[in-house]
Amino acid sequence: MNDMTPITTTLKDWETDQEVRWCPGCGDYAILKAVQRTLPQIGADPAKTVFVSGIGCSSRFPYYVESYGFHTIHGRAPAFATGIKLANPELDVWLVTGDGDGLSIGGNHLMHVLRRNVNVQIMLFNNEIYGLTKGQASPTSRLGTTTPSTPQGSVDRPAQPCAFALGSGARFVARGFDVSKHLPDVLKAAHAHQGAAFIEIFQNCIVYNKDVFNDFAAPKGAEDRQLWLTDGEPMLFAGGTKGIALDHETLSLQVVDVADGDWQAAGVIVHNVRNRAIAHMLVEMPFGAFPMALGVLYDDPRPTFEGAVIEQNSRASEGRDASLAKLLAKGQTWTVTGTVADPI
Amino acid sequence: MATLAAEQSAESQVQEAAPEAVVVRFAGDSGDGMQLTGGQFTLSTALAGNDLATFPDFPAEIRAPQGTLFGVSAFQINFGSTEIDTAGDTPDVLVAMNPAALKVNLAALKRGGLIIADTGEFTQRNLDKAKYTSNPIEDGSLAKWDVLAFDISALTVEAVKPFGLGNKDALRCKNMWTLGLALWMFDRDRQPIVDWLKAKFKGKPEIAEANIAALNAGHAYGETAELSGPLRKLTIAPVESEPGLYRTITGAESVSLGLVAGAQLADLPMFFGGYPITPASAILHHLARLKEFGVTTFQAEDEIAAICSAIGASYAGQLGVTSSSGPGIALKTEAMGLAIMTELPLVIVNSQRGGPSTGLPTKTEQSDLYQAVYGRNGDAPMPVIAARSPADAFEVAIEACRIAVQYMTPVMLLTDGYIANAAEPWKVPDPASYAPFPATFLTEKNAGERLLPYKRDAKGARAWIKPGTPGLMHRIGGIEKHAETGNIDYSPSNHQAMTDARKAKIDNIVVPDQEVCLGEDTGRLAVVGWGSTFGPIHQAVRRARRKGLPVSHVHVRHVWPLPKNLGALLAGFDRVLVPEMNTGQFKTVLRDQFLIDAESLTKTSGQPFSIAELEAAIGTYFDGIPDNEGGEVPANPAQLPVAESGYDDGSLKAVNP
Repeated sequence: MNDMTPITTTLKDWETDQEVRWCPGCGDYAILKAVQRTLPQIGADPAKTVFVSGIGCSSRFPYYVESYGFHTIHGRAPAFATGIKLANPELDVWLVTGDGDGLSIGGNHLMHVLRRNVNVQIMLFNNEIYGLTKGQASPTSRLGTTTPSTPQGSVDRPAQPCAFALGSGARFVARGFDVSKHLPDVLKAAHAHQGAAFIEIFQNCIVYNKDVFNDFAAPKGAEDRQLWLTDGEPMLFAGGTKGIALDHETLSLQVVDVADGDWQAAGVIVHNVRNRAIAHMLVEMPFGAFPMALGVLYDDPRPTFEGAVIEQNSRASEGRDASLAKLLAKGQTWTVTGTVADPI
Repeated sequence: MATLAAEQSAESQVQEAAPEAVVVRFAGDSGDGMQLTGGQFTLSTALAGNDLATFPDFPAEIRAPQGTLFGVSAFQINFGSTEIDTAGDTPDVLVAMNPAALKVNLAALKRGGLIIADTGEFTQRNLDKAKYTSNPIEDGSLAKWDVLAFDISALTVEAVKPFGLGNKDALRCKNMWTLGLALWMFDRDRQPIVDWLKAKFKGKPEIAEANIAALNAGHAYGETAELSGPLRKLTIAPVESEPGLYRTITGAESVSLGLVAGAQLADLPMFFGGYPITPASAILHHLARLKEFGVTTFQAEDEIAAICSAIGASYAGQLGVTSSSGPGIALKTEAMGLAIMTELPLVIVNSQRGGPSTGLPTKTEQSDLYQAVYGRNGDAPMPVIAARSPADAFEVAIEACRIAVQYMTPVMLLTDGYIANAAEPWKVPDPASYAPFPATFLTEKNAGERLLPYKRDAKGARAWIKPGTPGLMHRIGGIEKHAETGNIDYSPSNHQAMTDARKAKIDNIVVPDQEVCLGEDTGRLAVVGWGSTFGPIHQAVRRARRKGLPVSHVHVRHVWPLPKNLGALLAGFDRVLVPEMNTGQFKTVLRDQFLIDAESLTKTSGQPFSIAELEAAIGTYFDGIPDNEGGEVPANPAQLPVAESGYDDGSLKAVNP
């Protein structure tokens, strides 16, 4: 996403000497590998790459990527990333957050980094639980989730990360999951997008919320439960036997059967990543009645925040004298010679 | 008359000679343009070569209902031919644009002082709103003052008639009429105001001309009134000041300019992350207009994002700055801890206001000292420096930048609501006279084949490494880190070593030795201040010394770490008095650090100390009465802000249902 000369690296080049300390079997390992696999493919330069994170299991991520890394404070990574991009737009900034970090304590900052359209990639690892603090309900935990802080089951309705992102004004919204082989492609698309790119990555917390995404993430029957979206391609799943169509009466999506591969006859929609109205429907499409929408749901770039700031700064400076001596002596002044004041 | 009144009253009452100093208070409805009038009067006073200090006071409400007691806005200026350090204790002249303004400010006026009142506003309705049962101008209740009451409203409307303004617009020129009269009274040149009006109303020449006509009419009225009334023309001689170029400056401007200068001396672009809050917003406003100086301003979504973005910018190699007031500083606290932990430069400006919580947004206090020095989780040492006046804030801002960059640390700069808003003359400094302190960045590995991001230099500072630098990739964060590599390290000995290293770095910051700013280096009593109490302490100590009392004034800029010699210096005095606009915070720091028996004089009414209050407090050390020293100074009804300022007595509802 930044115009830089692609440099040649391998996955190994992106590994640090630090021992990775996630629980064995944690989905974070797979995401780390997907990122380390993606970075060489996009020609990223470790010296110009910065991983910024908040607090939580996911936020340990920067320690394991051989680039610049800033492990900040709970929920505020978007604000640090904004300062970094404004100070040096040449840096390629990846933001790592989780459902608690990004949507609970840091919800405000996530909203603003998206609506401002700061040119960063935001990976939100959604495991629907607070892992690092030992398993409390998170803002994405499903109704009734039983945890130490909700022994009778959670009663607060979960947030929908992609709907939140789109509602905040995001111009790029995508979904993937930890062990998916498509995850690097999603990351590449996010990186190619100029502006804030939001990626929800479902991540299996093996200890506190094990297999909570298995309904669609498990390999068995995945075809029927995953809708992988590709720009310009019909929204088909279940081996092409089913598709997503628009019910024109209710202006809502519906699952339709596709007979003999004739998706057009069934009214299946062709995915257009610039269609914001359909994107709104896709991010809210309830899993169960529908498959899980995955891949790039929406991608329609707009000018970036830091670009606008830099342009305004340079326009405001045009033809202006940056002499500090003159600035200090600005306004109405007078000169004292001896004890007599002479207005000038 | 004002500042020197106490010592001169006896002799000067019989003299016709011009006084050395005068205090004028302009008071009116918040819509009457009193701050503007005061600001322009300040300018003309400065141009006349007088020394001066101002105190603007305005309601917290943007548009308080017209005519109400709590909607009164006031501006006080003290000016003279001698050194002026405060806005003056009690006014000699009160300009009251309506009954409410008279009512809330009358208690302040010195006996025999002059009241100038606009009778056009003393209508039954306005008298009711001000809770007057009879018209004070007519009922004889103002007998102990000189009263000059006339219909300024009607005179203004008459003066601007040729310009075809509607009644409402015509009345808006009232403040210029009043200013014209004030300029006549003190023998001031109208031309700078005329120029200013022409520039201000460039697109509306008829408004400019109407205001100029009002200004001239007020001035002309002075000539006439002099013939028969109590009005006298006074010429205040220019103050003796160092030769050079001068301008007036408020604290908010001064901090902004100092930060720009500091960034230049550090050879760094500046990033300012801010969030609107009274009284700190003015700094954001000033800096937003200085982009050509390599300043990026960012209005963040909240106080936390403001500081975090600034830390992000510092991490990326710019000078990060953030600014706020108490409640906002509280929100930034966690991020300050991260800047301390990651050892990145950062300047945090706290324009203190009355607290706790939202407290008194538009009033001044010095009650965030504990917050600045002690107020973070963990052992989190951070330098704290305090500005003593609007002009001093420039120097202090540069010093804050220097410490931040040289020691790789966040620094807190304390000002307050009074300093932020008040104006004083400022001798324009030559930027070339400041020693540069250019920042350096690590460009190659600093331990042979290895990079050690937390390796320290002789000052205890780690290297600043900009992301983007080839070969120096590393990770930093808020988790305790290894003393050299910066990698996560929770081990007991490492945490102990890092805690010690962070403390030693701040303890060993080189700060200038403390000097005594008035008086001897030893003696009976040292009055120790910090921040905006400088003015009243200085004048009070000066007066006490004229009376022969062995008192010295010590004013501390470097609040943390304290100057190394301060303990020994204070030990050379029998007694130490610390006047503060809080409940004794700096007193506690001094006791804590030096085991000296510092005594407290506190004032927490949202008003600065008056000179007389401090003079009286000093007097108790020499009156022979044991145990009456120190204590608490009560709210002062003569001072700004007045009791009604910002206080809703229920009439808010009555007036504006």
